[in-house]
Amino acid sequence: MDTPRDLRYTDTHEWVRLEDGIAVVGITDFAQSQMSDLTYVELPSPEDEVSRKDEIGVVESVKAASDIFAPFAGVITEVNEALIENPELINTDPYEQGWMFKMKPANPDDIDGLLDADQYDDLAPEE
Amino acid sequence: MRTILYEEHVACGAKTAPFGGWDMPIQYAGILIEHAYTRGQCSLFDICHMGEFEVAGPTACADLEHLLTQQVASLEVGQCRYGYLLREDGGALDDLTCYRLGPDRYYLVVNAATCPGDAAWIRAHLSPETTFIDHSPQTAKLDIQGPQSRAVLEMFLGEPAPELKYFRAVETTLRGVPGLISRTGYTGEWGYELYFPVEKAVEFWRRFLEHTPAKPAGLGARDTLRLEMGYALYGHELSTDRTPVGAGRGMFIDTTKDFIGKEAVMRELEEGAAQYLVGLQLHTRRAARAGNVVVADDQPVGMVTSGSLAPSIGTAVAMAYVDAPYTTPGASLAVIVGGKNLPATVVAFPFYKDGTARKKSGR
Repeated sequence: MDTPRDLRYTDTHEWVRLEDGIAVVGITDFAQSQMSDLTYVELPSPEDEVSRKDEIGVVESVKAASDIFAPFAGVITEVNEALIENPELINTDPYEQGWMFKMKPANPDDIDGLLDADQYDDLAPEE
Repeated sequence: MRTILYEEHVACGAKTAPFGGWDMPIQYAGILIEHAYTRGQCSLFDICHMGEFEVAGPTACADLEHLLTQQVASLEVGQCRYGYLLREDGGALDDLTCYRLGPDRYYLVVNAATCPGDAAWIRAHLSPETTFIDHSPQTAKLDIQGPQSRAVLEMFLGEPAPELKYFRAVETTLRGVPGLISRTGYTGEWGYELYFPVEKAVEFWRRFLEHTPAKPAGLGARDTLRLEMGYALYGHELSTDRTPVGAGRGMFIDTTKDFIGKEAVMRELEEGAAQYLVGLQLHTRRAARAGNVVVADDQPVGMVTSGSLAPSIGTAVAMAYVDAPYTTPGASLAVIVGGKNLPATVVAFPFYKDGTARKKSGR
């Protein structure tokens, strides 16, 4: 499983990348491989105010559905509309084309509370 | 338990999961890819987990007529028929296919999870002169399904495939060993179910993959393929909790004969069942799942038994038991999924109408 060293992670399998104060969020390579072929994605709406652990999206495969959680409190600034028609982008490129939403954290320091790559790898059982 | 092909599946990169007491391949390349390959070309399925019984003797026909809902006496040698095994109260113990292999010799193909219970129930209801053999441990079953199945079977056999109509089978030799070739399946596509000695399973599996265009498909694709056809899956659409009248409004039930459970079945046929199985066409890719509640004007009227994205259709579909007044095709219902109402329209089965299973020649 690919766990980029420079990203931060949640225990619910989201990854977070900070770009100029905006957090880009998606689901990890481990999560997409566990779900396998994604068939449906539900995204939050721009300007939504969210709290940490809010269920703000859904990913579905043929066999399973899984909620997407806000990694911390903040405001949604942008969502990846391309996923609506092509949810498989999450399977093929989870950390780049498969990003799900961007948000402005209420408290920029909150990202420090997330897991680093080593901690996340310890969490996810080896395939 | 694992089928004899477990190591082959692992070598093919399968993800496995428990099904009916067996650790089975769910997918190899991916459910959507395998689904599409079955609809377009030909897939190979390991179905060794299912059970096979031989019931024989001069009293076998009458015994099976009493045990099964489908008519047995009118089966020709080489013909098979789908139906149900019921309890006295009409609850379905299993759904199964009954083949007539000889004048007094029948072959039953049953589900994996129900196999031990079926064997005990059937044995307990046989005449002393009827013999019962559970061939399951010695029998391998491979399904080849898809419009290219006939060509694939011929490449595999190295000789022309037997001419078989739909729901016909022939006892023959497969590459030198005795077996059964049946023109049946669970996908809606032209295809065959092959039964042969378990010792040949690994060799035959590899031969299909190395010498024909067939690719392995797992139980994940098998499930989406059967869902698109509206075929019942025991444990989802069928159980001991209901008679099969709700599932098929009397289809696969011969009411001209006596059979165990007939009284309950006739009562429901005459008075009407409380709920019937319907197809639900959803309007997005978001899937309804087994256990989701079906509502009409926010009042609960039923429950989903199977649901998924239908890959060949492009939207989600579901099968659901719904209160009788809401079962007319065209009726507008909704399914509660994740706290939201997903609109759904009642439609007739099958969801997918372009299956090749009943085509004339298979070429």
